Amino acid sequence: MALLENGGAVPAGPLTKADRDAYARRLRNRSLAVAGGSTAAVLIAIVVLVPLAPGWEAVRRSFFSGEVFVETFPTLLRAFMLDVAIFLWCAPAIAVVGLAIALCRDVRNPALYPLRLFGALYTDIFRGIPVILVVYLVGFGIPGLGLPRPWNSPYIWGSLALILTYSAYVAEIFRSGIESVHQSQRNAALSLGLSDRDTMRYVVLPQAIRRVVPANMNMLIALQKDVALLSFIGPVEIFRQAGVYKSLLANFTPYVVAACIFLAITIPATRYADYLMARQARERS
Amino acid sequence: MATLDLIGVSKSFGATQVCRGIDLSVKDGEMVCLIGASGSGKSTLLRCINLLEPIDEGQILLDGEDISRPDLDPQGVRRRIGIVFQSFNLFPHMTAAENVMLGPRRVYRRSRADLLPDITVLFERFGLADRMYHYPDQLSGGQQQRVAIVRALAMRPEIMLFDEITSALDPELVGEVLDVLRQLRAEGMTMVLATHEMSFAREAADRVAFLHDGRVLEEGPPAQLFETPRHERTRAFLSRLARA
Amino acid sequence: MTRLTAFTALVLSLAASAALAGGHCAAGKTLTEGKLTIATGNPAYYPWVMNDAPESGEGFEAAVAYAVAEEMGFAAEDVVWVRAGFDESIQPGAKNFDFNLQQYSITEDREKMVDFSLPYYSAAMAVLTRQGVVDAGAAPTVASLSGLKWGADANTTAVPMLQDLIQPQSNPLLYNDNTDVVEAMKANQIDAALFDLPTALFLAAVTLEDGVVLGQFPADRSENPDEFGLLMEEGSALKECVDAAISALTESGALAEIEAAWLADATGVPVIE
Repeated sequence: MALLENGGAVPAGPLTKADRDAYARRLRNRSLAVAGGSTAAVLIAIVVLVPLAPGWEAVRRSFFSGEVFVETFPTLLRAFMLDVAIFLWCAPAIAVVGLAIALCRDVRNPALYPLRLFGALYTDIFRGIPVILVVYLVGFGIPGLGLPRPWNSPYIWGSLALILTYSAYVAEIFRSGIESVHQSQRNAALSLGLSDRDTMRYVVLPQAIRRVVPANMNMLIALQKDVALLSFIGPVEIFRQAGVYKSLLANFTPYVVAACIFLAITIPATRYADYLMARQARERS
Repeated sequence: MATLDLIGVSKSFGATQVCRGIDLSVKDGEMVCLIGASGSGKSTLLRCINLLEPIDEGQILLDGEDISRPDLDPQGVRRRIGIVFQSFNLFPHMTAAENVMLGPRRVYRRSRADLLPDITVLFERFGLADRMYHYPDQLSGGQQQRVAIVRALAMRPEIMLFDEITSALDPELVGEVLDVLRQLRAEGMTMVLATHEMSFAREAADRVAFLHDGRVLEEGPPAQLFETPRHERTRAFLSRLARA
Repeated sequence: MTRLTAFTALVLSLAASAALAGGHCAAGKTLTEGKLTIATGNPAYYPWVMNDAPESGEGFEAAVAYAVAEEMGFAAEDVVWVRAGFDESIQPGAKNFDFNLQQYSITEDREKMVDFSLPYYSAAMAVLTRQGVVDAGAAPTVASLSGLKWGADANTTAVPMLQDLIQPQSNPLLYNDNTDVVEAMKANQIDAALFDLPTALFLAAVTLEDGVVLGQFPADRSENPDEFGLLMEEGSALKECVDAAISALTESGALAEIEAAWLADATGVPVIE
């Protein structure tokens, strides 16, 4: 019989709870020490070794210039507010359109088969096209048909492009949620005399939406980053503003500033999504 | 005031014929138990009566009216027929009270305030008064199944169907659910049960029907069917149960 | 065509004398010994490079490149062309070119990160718009222009110039390249865009239907005139040779000849007051 020595020796003979707790504590401390030590070793290696590289000084000046950081930060932060605004008006629209498409795909009445077909085509097409192409096509193409101002604004049509693309993904998430609600739940509702519509609204959707919250959180994080694609058709949001600075200063530091600003939002959001997902996993088990 | 007549009801799923021309009559206030092996068609038959499955052939008459006609609005029929399932199927995101009120609220357009006194009486009647505001996962299996019964009763159905409602319960919880059925029978509810609880069927049913391979092989008062079954297969089924 | 032939003869004769006179300033300083590696954009645009083929020596910058090469003592066949965008040109680390020319404006800020040669061209900035906008009353005055909806290529010095010269009343929209600016103009999302004059003339004549060059800000009008330089790695040893070559070409009038040959005559474009 092999003995585990990681937590040190335990007394021979019958063990008390205190003995077992002490052993577990020693094990925990040991793994903490290992994790902390290896992290520190990697950090030291990065901090000490990378600057020894011959090109470090040039890289530092191009990507991590403190002077440029300070100079560009306020404007970039202001430009980021535009990203936030675009995000804030796109996200609810994506939820609504995504849900509508998911419901189209769930239609069971044979007479409404065209709706199902539409839903399937919609998700196939918009998940299959790169976002940037949709942004160009909708952002330049539709206004190019001759819409008067302000209805040809790149903000409107660029946002629509994001909404079209993201709602296709979100529709699939909602659909998976709807399908994860067991048929017996629908039957129970129908047996009470509820209409299909009420069954969906009061029984299926509340359960489905709750289940897909974590997956949708991840979509929101992705959207938050893809908002920057609108810069391709004109709006000067943070990514574009950073590009302008890059061009004028011949320096990449503004992109690093932009990345920091993004991270300040996305890291907490990602952690929160993970937390929701972990909580859901606990509830299911 | 409710009678149910099944005439030659047939139902297939693909190539599998589950009901092969079932005839059965249930009189007002009667409790009829359907017995038979798993897969004999009991559950499917109940789901057909509730229009959760469309039938292929035959007629289902509720008070003499054929409810199986495809041009009929199934919602109007379903509210007249209550059904309780083996696996409770309570809505997990609602309290017991909300589960019970959803049907009357949406179908009869009654407000919660209006419904509350009525459903409180129902919860009290079945010993659930202190469980009204619990969520399903805070209730025992027996309590959940009783809430499911209350949910069906809240629609004031003319007839109740029970689909092996004690099969998913721990043995010590079966009794409290069967008590509810006894209570309903005493109140004169017309009921059809698919069940494996032979002693309950024997004690409480007005009539018992033995289903085999999608047909009613024989039916009669429980004493007759259990003591002197006429059909060879009925005897085999009962003796298999007795041995088990 | 006659002018072109005459010009080619001129370049050849210049080249011949340069090759004789040119010492070995560049010796040992180029990427590949005996070769001069020159980068331009991908694609390179008219009228800077004709048909995206710099090897032909046709187009203003292609011609300048060969003239500089000859002046530095490299024969035409010793010139190697590569393609590199702006980002590749400013990234730290070894470059894949000796110098890069694609209308890079010389600015103080950029000088901190890369080296520029002496200027080989002073660009007037010009206003590209559409006939419809002119018909609606746009005039070549700053007062009239500031009320328009503006766009520009985000990667150019046109962006700060917009603020300096015009001060638009609403925020300009910025784009990745000329094509996108023109696309936005077609979609009527912007009224006007600021380009260097040759680019504006080309876009108005070829790319943008109804395109009009409404006016120009001559190079000497602005405090910081937009001057194009050859871009080199920071601290490039080649800079003095390149500068010497450009000085010689400027003094001899060869640069002016090349400009006259390839860049359209812009005298018809009104000057903005």
